[in-house]
Amino acid sequence: MTVCGRGQWSSSAAGPAVAVIEGGRRRGKEEKEGKERQEHREGLGSEVNPSHSNMTDSAKLHQPHPPPKGERSHAGDFSYVGIDAILEQMRRKAMKQGFELNIMVVGQSGLGKSTLMNTLFKSKVSRKSAQPNPEEKIPQTIEIKSISHDIEEKGVRMKLAVIDTPGFGDQINNENCWKPIMKFINDQYEAYLQEEINIDRKKRIPDSRVHCCIYFIPPTGHCLRPLDVEFMRRLSKVVNIVPVIAKADTLTLEERDDFKQTIREELRANGIDVYPQKEFDEDAEDRLINDKIREMIPFAVVGSDQEYQVNGKKILGRKTKWGTIEVENIAHCEFAYLRDLLIRTHMQNIKDITGSIHYEMYRVRRLNESNAGPGLAPGQAPTLVPAHTNGQTKVNGGPPNGMAAQCEVLTHEM
Amino acid sequence: MTHFRPWNLLEKEYVGFATLPNQVHRKSVKKGFDFTLLVAGESGLGKSTLVNSLFLTDLHKDRKLLNAEERISQTVEITKHTVDIEEKGVKLKLTIVDTPGFGDAVNNTECWRTIEGYIDHQFEQYFRDESGLNRKNIQDNRVHCCLYFIPPFGHGLRPVDIEFMKALQEKVNVVPLISKADCLTPGEIKKLKERLREEIDKYGIKIYQFPDCDSDEDEEFKQKDKELKESTPFAVIGSNAVVEVKGQRVRGRLYPWGIVEVENQAHCDFVKLRTMLIRTHMNDLKEVTCDVHYENFRAQCIQTMTSKVNAENRVESPIPLFPMPTPDADTEKLIKMKDEELRRMQQMLQKMQQQMHEQDL
Repeated sequence: MTVCGRGQWSSSAAGPAVAVIEGGRRRGKEEKEGKERQEHREGLGSEVNPSHSNMTDSAKLHQPHPPPKGERSHAGDFSYVGIDAILEQMRRKAMKQGFELNIMVVGQSGLGKSTLMNTLFKSKVSRKSAQPNPEEKIPQTIEIKSISHDIEEKGVRMKLAVIDTPGFGDQINNENCWKPIMKFINDQYEAYLQEEINIDRKKRIPDSRVHCCIYFIPPTGHCLRPLDVEFMRRLSKVVNIVPVIAKADTLTLEERDDFKQTIREELRANGIDVYPQKEFDEDAEDRLINDKIREMIPFAVVGSDQEYQVNGKKILGRKTKWGTIEVENIAHCEFAYLRDLLIRTHMQNIKDITGSIHYEMYRVRRLNESNAGPGLAPGQAPTLVPAHTNGQTKVNGGPPNGMAAQCEVLTHEM
Repeated sequence: MTHFRPWNLLEKEYVGFATLPNQVHRKSVKKGFDFTLLVAGESGLGKSTLVNSLFLTDLHKDRKLLNAEERISQTVEITKHTVDIEEKGVKLKLTIVDTPGFGDAVNNTECWRTIEGYIDHQFEQYFRDESGLNRKNIQDNRVHCCLYFIPPFGHGLRPVDIEFMKALQEKVNVVPLISKADCLTPGEIKKLKERLREEIDKYGIKIYQFPDCDSDEDEEFKQKDKELKESTPFAVIGSNAVVEVKGQRVRGRLYPWGIVEVENQAHCDFVKLRTMLIRTHMNDLKEVTCDVHYENFRAQCIQTMTSKVNAENRVESPIPLFPMPTPDADTEKLIKMKDEELRRMQQMLQKMQQQMHEQDL
C-alpha cells in the first residue's frame, strides 16, 4: 500500500500535522498495534496544532487509547488498518535525528538583527554573542558569517545556523551588495547538489542550504528604499524572504499600518514574491491560512534580550521613560506572529519550499548548464528522488515549465 | 579716573549712550531677522516633522512622497520653503532648505555635492551683492545652520555621515542630531552619544561648537550652558500630532505602551535643541556664518580669481572692485603682476588704435 503523500509530513516540534491520504478508507486486517482510533481523513481534513502541542504530549495521546474528540471509538473495528501510525513512527524518527534550520539575516547595521535572533530562540545564538569582545565596526566589504548552535527543547534537538551579513547596505556605494549573498546561497545549493550526485553519498546529506532569509526594513515610515527593492527582487527568486520592519517601536500604530500597506503595494508593484508565496499554496486551507499571514507581512518587530518585571510577570522588553515595550505582547509589536510563523507553524513548510522548489530550480539550471557544457557529466543525471518530482507535479500553479520537462525526462530514464 | 566731561557740567555725569542697545534693538525689530536652516539626512528620519515641531508650522502639507520605483532615478534636490513668523512684535523670515533624495539611492557617492554647491552658490551671490554698487537691499540667503540627522539605528557614524560632515564642516555650522530618539532606551542614547562624540573627535570633524559663556554671566546660565554642551549631539523626537497627557494637550506620539512627549526634557532633547537654535544661539550661528565660513569662502574665492588671472594671462573682465584687505607680500606681488599685464595690454591697444587710425587715413 502506497501512501501518495500530498502535503507535508510534519516533523517539526510543534507544527501542523497535515497528512492527506488520498483514496478512502481501506478495508483490511485489524491493526495489531492496538491503536483503536480511526481517523476519517478525506481531502482536506487535517489536524493543525499551532503553538500548543508538542511532541511528547501527542506521543502520550497514542499510548493509552483515548478516542480523539469528534471521532468514533473503534475498539475492534475491522476496517481499521492503522496507516496513521506512520505519523508516530515518523515523529519518533525525527526526534532522534533532530532538525536543521538555517536562517540568514540581512539588513543594515544597527537594525537589531542579532538581538532579534536571540529573542526568537531565547538563547544567545547571534554573531555578537559568539565573539568575545564584539567591536561594532562597519566592515569595508560584506562578510558572511555563519554561526551554528545546537539547541534542545523538550527532547527535540535542533541544529540552528544563523547566517549574518555584516556590512550589507552600510557603504556609501551599495551597488551589487547582494552579489556576495547570492553567491553564498548558490554555493550552499551547489554543495548539496554535489553531495547528492555523488555515487557514494551519505545517508543524510548535511543541509546547509539557506531555508529562510529575514530581511530587515528600517522603520522610515515612508516606503521601501531602492536598495530594499533591488535586493528583495533578486533574492526572492532563490530563497524564501521574510521581510520584517525592524525597531518598530518608533512607529505609532497608525504609522505602522500605513507603512505596511505601502510596502505591500510596492512589493506587488515590483513583482516581489515573499514568503508565503502565493503560487505555492497547496490547497484552499493553506491559502486561507497564508492569506491571513500575507495580510500582515511585513511583521513589525521589536527584539530584546533583557527581562523586566511587569505586573508581577517576567517579560522580555525595552524600558523607556514613557513605558515598557513588551516584546511578546501582540498589542505592542508583532514579534509573536513572526515567531509563530518561523518556528511554530511554518518551519517545515519553509524547509520544504527551499528543498523542493528553490533547490530544484537551481539544480535544473545547473544540470542544463552541464548538458550544454563541461561540468557534471550528463551520465550522472542522478537517479532522482521520485517522490519529490511526483509531489511537484501535483502542486497547484506548478513549477516552471523547464522543471516539468526535466521531470518527464527523468521518469523516462527510469 | 578721567571722566569725559560734557558741556553741561551741572548735570549728573550721564552721557546716555547706554541707550544704544535699545536703539539697536528697536531698529532690528523693525527690520526683522532672517535665518536660513538647512536640514539634511536620509528620508524617513523625521526631518520635516522636527522642523514643524520646532517652528510650530506645517510646512509640508502638500508634500508628495515618492515611492521606491521613482526614487531609483532620483537625484538629490534642493527645495526651499520660506515662512514669515512673528512673535511679540519680532519678525523672523525663516527659510528652510530641504534636501530630498540625500542618501536614498543605492549608490550615494558624492550625494552631498549638490548641497555643497547650493551653499557655495549662496555665498557667491552674497559676495557679488556685497561687492556691488547698490548695497542697500542685500538679501542674505546664506545658510546659517545645517541640522544633520543621524539615524538612531546604527552604532555610530556611518561612512556617508562622515563624508558629508567633513565636506560641509568648513562651509556651514553643522549640528548633528540623533533622530527618532524614541526607539532608544536612555542607556542606549547615552552610549550612542558617547560613541558619536568619540568618532567626531577621531575623524576630526568640526561641528558647531557652542561659545563659552562670559565669566560674568550668572550661575544659572552657566549651568544651563554646561548641560547643553554635555548633551550634544541632541537626541530629538518630533511630532505633528497633539495628544492629551494628564489633562494637558501636548505635542507627542501615542504608542500602546505609553506617550512620548516632545517637550518633556526627560524624554528627549528637543527643548534643548530649540533653546539652542532659537532662543540663545541664533545670533551666534549667524555671526559664525558671517565671520568664519563666509570669510573663508571669500578668501578662497579671491585667491582663485587672482591665480586664474595669473595662469591664463588675460585681462580680467570688469569685476566688482573689492576692498582689499591689508595686502600681504603674496597678494602685493600678484597685484603688481596684474598691473604689469594691464599696462602691456593698454600699450597693445594703443598700438592697434594707431594702426587703425593710420589705415583710415
